[in-house]
Amino acid sequence: MLSLLEHIGAKVESWIKISSEFLQLLLETLYWIVLGPFKKRPINFSSTIAQMVFMGLNSIVIVFFVTFFTGMVLAMQAAPQLEKMGGVIYVASLVSISICRELGPVLTALVIAGRIGAAITAEIGSMKVNEQIEALDIMAISPVRFLAVPKLLALFLMLPCLTIIGDAAGITGGYVIGTTSLKINSGLYMQIAWKFLTHKDLYTGLSKAFVFAIIITMVGVYQGLKTKGGAVGVGRATTISVVTSFILIIVADCIMTGIYFFWGV
Amino acid sequence: MNNRKVAISVKNVRKIFNGRVVLDNISFDIYEGETFVIMGGSGSGKSTLLRIMSGAIPCEEGEVYFRDKKLNELSSNEKDELKKRFGMCFQSAALLDFLTVEENVSLPLREHTRLDSKIISLTAKMKLGLVGLQGFENYEPSTISGGMKKRVGLARAIALDPEIVFYDEPTAGLDPIVCAVVDNLILDLTKKLKLTSIVVTHNMESVFRIADRIAMVYKGKLIQVGTKEEIKNSSQAIVQQFINGFIEGPIQLNE
Repeated sequence: MLSLLEHIGAKVESWIKISSEFLQLLLETLYWIVLGPFKKRPINFSSTIAQMVFMGLNSIVIVFFVTFFTGMVLAMQAAPQLEKMGGVIYVASLVSISICRELGPVLTALVIAGRIGAAITAEIGSMKVNEQIEALDIMAISPVRFLAVPKLLALFLMLPCLTIIGDAAGITGGYVIGTTSLKINSGLYMQIAWKFLTHKDLYTGLSKAFVFAIIITMVGVYQGLKTKGGAVGVGRATTISVVTSFILIIVADCIMTGIYFFWGV
Repeated sequence: MNNRKVAISVKNVRKIFNGRVVLDNISFDIYEGETFVIMGGSGSGKSTLLRIMSGAIPCEEGEVYFRDKKLNELSSNEKDELKKRFGMCFQSAALLDFLTVEENVSLPLREHTRLDSKIISLTAKMKLGLVGLQGFENYEPSTISGGMKKRVGLARAIALDPEIVFYDEPTAGLDPIVCAVVDNLILDLTKKLKLTSIVVTHNMESVFRIADRIAMVYKGKLIQVGTKEEIKNSSQAIVQQFINGFIEGPIQLNE
């Protein structure tokens, strides 16, 4: 019994330590973004733009395909149920609302966590085990400012853009099924899809993308900086980074949806 | 020797990693302008000692002084200012993969000076020239040899005209000729740029080629500090076994 309590105590202590280190890293990154330019440490725009291309532009295809096919699946799954009630036309609004409020932001974030979060951890982790992080530190260059700031800024700007593309692709997926297999008139489909879609649906979905961007980048950077033990360590850190991002994205999504639901924001 | 100014002073340093004492009661002085070599077997604590002296990691007990400044008591900003007066050459060269050779060398200048980018580029080329790598400015680190990487690392270490350069195993993994080239570079730069060089190595040829004075570290303890002759003629069995590479002696392989 005592050993079980000790085990739980040790786990709790380790979670508190990790959470405080993570928060410290986030605050340090925000410090360099907000106060760095006033301390003669401007943001590296060329690096930020390079990251935006890598994170945003190069992710469009994968985000498009994932959300496009999800939109199709959603329409196919909903159609038989709605048909029973004689409301198959409402497939259009069901797809557009669920994609914009929930599936678009979440699926885009999960895809990006797998693609970009893993890349961030692998890159910084390799730098850590090859003494490059230490080299930056010895040169009095903050690794957080040099590496984390451009990545956070880039994903913070690009993930909402990718989410908009994901939303559009998902709605298009639903449209393809609706107008072909379900034989809904094209104009009517679009009319119903837009009619029930409110501004709130769009901004609640997009607001999630900003939070997910912070989660993906900071988890990636944190795990990268914590990497130990050569190539095996980099692999382990990358796995932990992706799994942690996935869990935190789902938890954050639930919390934000709860806030919007209970407080009617 | 005692009339010379002390650049770095290490006093009673003790370092513990995960409950294991890796450095115990280490004390010595390093004088300005000398090449000071710390030698010892793998895991003896010499690289840890180098990192403590460079301010990269703290020590649990004892003090490290850079001139009259106590490293342990400096704030983070003061430490950063001090680091700009140090240069470090890493065992793996530690060049940033995503930057070219010139960008690697010019990085400290871009970060810490307000010089025009043309002047920075010119300075980087000059530093690369000092290590014999003119013409390699646009190469990526992955496309050059190990010896060249170390020389680029050396050019980066001297980019800000430091007063002290730390070398962590500068000749590890290099063939004998490249070893000699790197050793000559260390000697040459120490003399030309009036640097203080602190070198960690277990390459005996290098040790006796470059050292003004040598410190022998074994199992986290300082065994002896002395000139080349003093070390060669040392009465300490550990030192004699290490410099001559004897299998039999107080140093056991399984320790």
